[in-house]
Amino acid sequence: MARIGVFICHCGENIGRTVDCAAVAQESAKLPGVVVSLDYKYMCSDPGQQMIKNAIAEQKLTGVVVAACSPRMHETTFRRAAAEAGLNPYLLEMANLREHCSWVHEDRPIATGKAVDLVRVMVEKVKRNRALYPIQVNVEPTAMVVGGGIAGIQAALDIAAGGKKVILVEKSPSIGGHMARLSETFPTLDCSQCILTPRMVEAASHPNITLMTYSEVEAVDGFIGNFEVTIRKKARYVDPAKCTGCGSCYTKCPQKKIPSEFDALLGKRSAIYTPFPQAVPNKPVIDAEHCTMLTKGKCGVCKKICPRDAINYEDKDELVKVKVGAIVLATGFELWDHSKYGEYGGGRLVDVIDGFQFERLASASGPTAGEIRRPSDGQVPHTVVFIQCCGSRDEKQGMAYCSKICCMYTAKHAMLYRHKVHDGRAVVFYMDIRAAGKGYDEFTRRAIESDGAEYVRGRVSRIYRRADGKLIVRGADTLAGRPVSIEADLVVLADAVVPRKGGEKLAQMCGVGYDTNGFYSEAHPKLRPVETAAAGVFLAGACQAPKDIPDTVAQASACAAKVLGLFAAPKLEREPIVARVNQNLCVHCRACINTCPYGATQDREIKDRQGNVVKVVAEVNEGLCQGCGTCVAICRSNAIDLDGFTDEQIFAEIATLE
Amino acid sequence: MTQATTQTETKAEGFEPRIVAFVCNWCTYAGADLAGTSRLQYAPHVRIVKLPCTGRIDPLFILKAYEGGADAVLVSGCHPGDCHYTSGNYHARRRWTIFRRLLSLAGVEEGRLFFSWVSAAEGQKFADLINDVTAQVKAAGPFKHNPARRQAW
Repeated sequence: MARIGVFICHCGENIGRTVDCAAVAQESAKLPGVVVSLDYKYMCSDPGQQMIKNAIAEQKLTGVVVAACSPRMHETTFRRAAAEAGLNPYLLEMANLREHCSWVHEDRPIATGKAVDLVRVMVEKVKRNRALYPIQVNVEPTAMVVGGGIAGIQAALDIAAGGKKVILVEKSPSIGGHMARLSETFPTLDCSQCILTPRMVEAASHPNITLMTYSEVEAVDGFIGNFEVTIRKKARYVDPAKCTGCGSCYTKCPQKKIPSEFDALLGKRSAIYTPFPQAVPNKPVIDAEHCTMLTKGKCGVCKKICPRDAINYEDKDELVKVKVGAIVLATGFELWDHSKYGEYGGGRLVDVIDGFQFERLASASGPTAGEIRRPSDGQVPHTVVFIQCCGSRDEKQGMAYCSKICCMYTAKHAMLYRHKVHDGRAVVFYMDIRAAGKGYDEFTRRAIESDGAEYVRGRVSRIYRRADGKLIVRGADTLAGRPVSIEADLVVLADAVVPRKGGEKLAQMCGVGYDTNGFYSEAHPKLRPVETAAAGVFLAGACQAPKDIPDTVAQASACAAKVLGLFAAPKLEREPIVARVNQNLCVHCRACINTCPYGATQDREIKDRQGNVVKVVAEVNEGLCQGCGTCVAICRSNAIDLDGFTDEQIFAEIATLE
Repeated sequence: MTQATTQTETKAEGFEPRIVAFVCNWCTYAGADLAGTSRLQYAPHVRIVKLPCTGRIDPLFILKAYEGGADAVLVSGCHPGDCHYTSGNYHARRRWTIFRRLLSLAGVEEGRLFFSWVSAAEGQKFADLINDVTAQVKAAGPFKHNPARRQAW
């Protein structure tokens, strides 16, 4: 026989003002099965909780209804109290008298009537609740980090420092990402490679980190604590175990005219190559598309020259399966392709370059060894125009957002240019200067005041090339209220930061959402900025939104904290709200299997003693099930039910509303 | 609009409809919570049955609600694309589209079943929705097919 306790909270005045709590308690006491019905000023306070605990013990309650605020607010509080008093926490339900009643209705009798109804419904539900126990899931204490830029490196290093294993997957031949391509970094102007490369080496040599470069994630199965990831190790054609990185192969390779991706297509590389001299691992790969041995079967120079016999033209892609407990996505960004801007030359003007190209021109390791020389004729430009917000904040191009880093790096570019070309003129067109950050505003002020960058507020309407080779930049100075026209030698566009192409595929594999711009969605924009809707999958860096290096590093460390927190306990506890199949009723129509968004409903063979399959039914993997109940509603033979929201409970609720 | 309002007034006399709302835990229930925290006043005729997801809604729930004396049923979940469980709301929508047609066969006239998306951020929309649904049901009058006792909630 059910023995239900009802506890009505006044929530100070919040409920008590509109709902006659004492009357609700009196009415509730009359409900069948209710043995105790009390009201109190603050049920969530210590004495309030004690009241519930005492009643559970003294009255031997089999179920509790707390009529107070929204269960989203205090369900955990009251369930914990119930558990402390020895009652299974899932035998407690809440009636929402505050958000759904007292705060939205003014009329006291009507609100009181509705409150009685809400309690009545929950009493009928709780009578049908079953004791549930948290589901324990094993956790594989290895993390996979996707992306070997600064975000991925930082996350991997921090997780590894916490004593857990990390697999760092990077699609290009070397880790380092965009940061390795930068010349200097704002706002301190320290050399990017000088601060990054030691980290890259540390990541490669850390005993807890396994580097998988030139590899891509092919498939993700499983769930938090138990992901099974298939990684494609692309054919390198160079055996990294034998290769010593001596460099004979790429010095002798006859194919030397291939535009280097690392140098933003301004420099050249060979067909067998390392992206840059400080690459980690410093082992070359063969670019199968350009190698004549692989395309036409002619050449073979690198194989002949290699002193270690490391070259293998027969190398094939390899699929590797790994088990990991958590995934950190740190896939970063790329720059928007400004060839869509016809008014800026549509990508046809060689001397209209993007931010990365300028970085490579300014970098000591770049194609011009740090001298600013324009791509068309190698001359030092005397007037450089920088244009901010190229694509960003432009709804016509589908990007309403601010790319966040461009104001800062444009100021840096203008500064670097003026440091290198003292008589040069640096003109910056801007919409707004957004320099929020430690030392950032000082930095942009410095570019303007000490380094003489000319800032023009306004948009550029057109760039074209005059017969003498000058680029004519026409725009408006909106502060002076007049049109401007500048004869420039080089134009640098601050292209919008956009997510990696094909990032949606990875998101879908992991069950992570993404916004209209393609940036991955965090679980909560404020309170859960590194988690995602998929439990056990975390976000670091610019794959979530445009971000500068300090923010990226901070977010990566936050990811590591989350991953280490997850790995701290050997088992993971989950809410036991999962579906269950009654195998006697299941006719194996597979409707639930086709419906489940998590692949949690699976086939299960029932065998006799001889091992013959007698029947195939559906079964729910409680590690995967998230408890949505879609399978329950679709089941034709009523064989599935959802713990916590059973058909019996819901029908009882509906019937009570009569 | 004016006509509907007059109709509401004439039919509303003494008729307090009962409306059962099946809502999902993550969007509409939270939206209703937000209406509460924002102190938005709305008609008191709706009783909410909370489910994890609109995908959990068995058409039988809706029929049972009518049988039990509801004058109308409201189903509300997350916006398309926002489902906490990825796709439950799509299943609900598909089911609802077909089920709505079958309802007339069961003697329930259209206009007694409402469907909406209310996100956790749309407290105002929730309040407006409840007022709108209540007004429409008041205009339509009591549901005549249910044998259950008629009394105001």
